[in-house]
Amino acid sequence: MVDGATAIARGALDAGCNFYAGYPITPASGILTHMLRELPKVGGIGLQGEDEISSLGHCIGAATAGATVFTATSGPGLSLYSENLGLSIMMEVPLVIAISQRLGPSTGAATATAQGDIQFMRWCTSGGYLVIVLSPTNIQESYHLTKRAFKLAKRFRSPVFIATDKETVMTTESVAESEMLNTPNWPDIPDEPVGKPLYPYQKYGTIHHYTGSSHTEEGHITKDPEIIAEFNERLKNKIGDQVDEIALVKTDLQEGADTLIISYGVSARSMEAAVKELRSNGKKVSALTVYSLWPIPEKKILSSLDGINRIIIPEMNHGQYRYEIERLANENVDLIGVNRVDTFLITPEEIIEAYHG
Amino acid sequence: MVEPILDTYIAEENLPYEFCPGCSHGKVLGALSNSLKQQGLDPSEVVIVTDIGCVGLSDKYFVTHAFHGLHGRAITYASGIKMQNPELKVIVLIGDGGCGIGGHHLLNAARLNTDITVLVFNNFNFGMTGGQHSVTTPLDSITATTTLGSTDAPMDIAGTAKVNGGGFVARATAFDKDLPDLVEKGMKHDGFSLIDIWELCTAYYVIRNDFGRKEMMGYMDSMNMESGILQETERPSFQTSYKGIQEQASKQKPMSGLVLDTKFSSDLEKPVRIVLAGAAGQKVVSAGNLLASAATLSGLWTSRRADFPITIQTGFSVAEIVISPEPVLYSGIIKPDVAALIAPEGKAKIARLTKTMEESDTIYFADGLGDVDSPANQLPLEFPESAKKEVHKNISALTAGYLTKQLNLFPFEALQEAVRQIQKPKIAEINLGILAHFE
Ligand SMILES: Cc1ncc(C[n+]2csc(CCOP(=O)(O)OP(=O)(O)O)c2C)c(N)n1
Ligand code: SF4
Repeated sequence: MVDGATAIARGALDAGCNFYAGYPITPASGILTHMLRELPKVGGIGLQGEDEISSLGHCIGAATAGATVFTATSGPGLSLYSENLGLSIMMEVPLVIAISQRLGPSTGAATATAQGDIQFMRWCTSGGYLVIVLSPTNIQESYHLTKRAFKLAKRFRSPVFIATDKETVMTTESVAESEMLNTPNWPDIPDEPVGKPLYPYQKYGTIHHYTGSSHTEEGHITKDPEIIAEFNERLKNKIGDQVDEIALVKTDLQEGADTLIISYGVSARSMEAAVKELRSNGKKVSALTVYSLWPIPEKKILSSLDGINRIIIPEMNHGQYRYEIERLANENVDLIGVNRVDTFLITPEEIIEAYHG
Repeated sequence: MVEPILDTYIAEENLPYEFCPGCSHGKVLGALSNSLKQQGLDPSEVVIVTDIGCVGLSDKYFVTHAFHGLHGRAITYASGIKMQNPELKVIVLIGDGGCGIGGHHLLNAARLNTDITVLVFNNFNFGMTGGQHSVTTPLDSITATTTLGSTDAPMDIAGTAKVNGGGFVARATAFDKDLPDLVEKGMKHDGFSLIDIWELCTAYYVIRNDFGRKEMMGYMDSMNMESGILQETERPSFQTSYKGIQEQASKQKPMSGLVLDTKFSSDLEKPVRIVLAGAAGQKVVSAGNLLASAATLSGLWTSRRADFPITIQTGFSVAEIVISPEPVLYSGIIKPDVAALIAPEGKAKIARLTKTMEESDTIYFADGLGDVDSPANQLPLEFPESAKKEVHKNISALTAGYLTKQLNLFPFEALQEAVRQIQKPKIAEINLGILAHFE
């Protein structure tokens, strides 16, 4: 019996995380308590910051001193992470951040589940740089996508989000530990960084300057337009050029189907149930689960659109990912959103209803 | 005297300083360089963390490691660096502006007693943004944002660090000859150290308020804010305390998920969705766990969600359990197959769900909770006669036993085994006693 908080914490620990700082917020607090209890057992450090700003500040500082860092929060905390996320992008500090989504802005319907921060993660800070967002649908994926997030963070020296939600983090499921640890068949992420590796501060090590301002290779502030432009291009391209490597989806395409359902996170589970039901009634339907929400796995989505004239997109928000699909699909394709923002999960029946039109 | 390693820690190729003529910032940087020199530190064991503002320009003038972060947050990065690598000497350079916007971090780092050294470049206003008032601006002062005189009480930065437990706290001025010694003392202190260094912003504060060195000393006197060491305590630093925590924790077993091997069997053919609705204190969630665990022990798939108010010791408590022969995909419950009502709070909370139930569904209700507005079949929870006196205290466990008998989803032994495997021995004993009434 495992819940998502346990799976994510185990994934982080097994990925070699040795530093965690965070601030309590339902539904992410389970991750905080696991990490603070477990890290000192293995010689790591876990602490509760005085707020989210200091928590992420501690993480960024520790990362420049060589720590493998992790933190978790929910929408309100993500708001407070914003400026520091910009800093970590500028400094190219690897960070893994789990966002356990709950419903509504401000404190909203605090302990109800939602998927309302999908665009917020993407545009989490000033400047509009690309970040990586992974979204698990179940316990096993929560564990393995967390591990993968650490590899990606290190490789791209960038913040990597795990987009999860109250339902996944706080629901206990009858998954055996051995099933959770079972490695899915996903392509490997190479170990070596795409640019220069991060040089941690070290006694007798090479001197390093880290700065949040546009800087030269030595880490000195610069206002030279050419250096600034080159630096900003590189930041954009280091992730933008590697979309294919980051892209991770599960395709379940059926010959002859003209309807494709696209979903992610907890809503993808209802999609799977709906697809099963539809097919057992002789209906033809294809399904695509997106694990790497950002950068958008365009090629993988486009290659699933052959023969499709209708796309159904269930998500627990007002259509945040649908906008992106709209951009990709040709205009003859019908786009149908199945959306809920009333604390209830989208049911398989609602998706089936959308299928029948 | 320690043998010096370097003559200066200032990156001379980056000089002259960008500061305005007469600005005290350069003086303090010189004192810091001298302090590092007299301590004989290798430049690679020092990290200078700068805040934002004119003071924030300082990182590039040092040959040590450096970190230039966000406005007000320098202390948080410094703490993180020190926590990860205690070998490093971590020094924060921050203005009075940074101490305002990041005041929360300052007082909490003092409380935590994290082993860093904070040098406050306190020039009574924001330099970089054009001389606006800061938290330390003296009363009646003219600044860009207090053109008729400041009316706010100035904050005592050193005093704040002191009352919040900072290990080493001192006040000084940029003109003090012994500043390098004071910095050395602060750095050598095992714990949080802060030196509130008063100084001059010649571009703004000095001009607008006719406030030179002499006036600054006079202001110090008039405020009874003496210079010198204000506090030196033996309180263990965060680094020392946390080592103790790591030592204790290393003796504990690492976390592992609860492993429930299949021991029983079930011939359930389709998912059953059960809602237990009661009140805080009735151990509803724990009864839900028992049912889910018993099903898991019988080779079934389950999900268990809990719903309760934020203030968990009052109001409703609801457990939703899905039990299925196949992995549970959709874990929500819009229409329960079975509902058990054991407290009025729970009954009210799930009224919306019970209403959706159909004739083929069943609602079991405790005494006085019948008459549900629902087409579902409604039956009283009929506990064994011998268990009557347990109902008041242990209704959830009794309900778990009753539902197991009635619904026949998995063997009753699985429920007893679940009690043994997931509950603490003392509680398990009580609950096994309760379940014995059903034998
Ligand atoms: C979040 C944020 N708000 C505002 C600013 C603009 N800002 C830059 S420096 C500064 C004030 C600096 O004053 P102080 O800390 O006293 O340093 P000084 O310039 O006097 O050395 C402000 C408000 C900023 N950089 N970040
Ligand atoms: S504006 Fe003030 S603080 Fe900034 S450099 Fe000039 S004198 Fe110094």
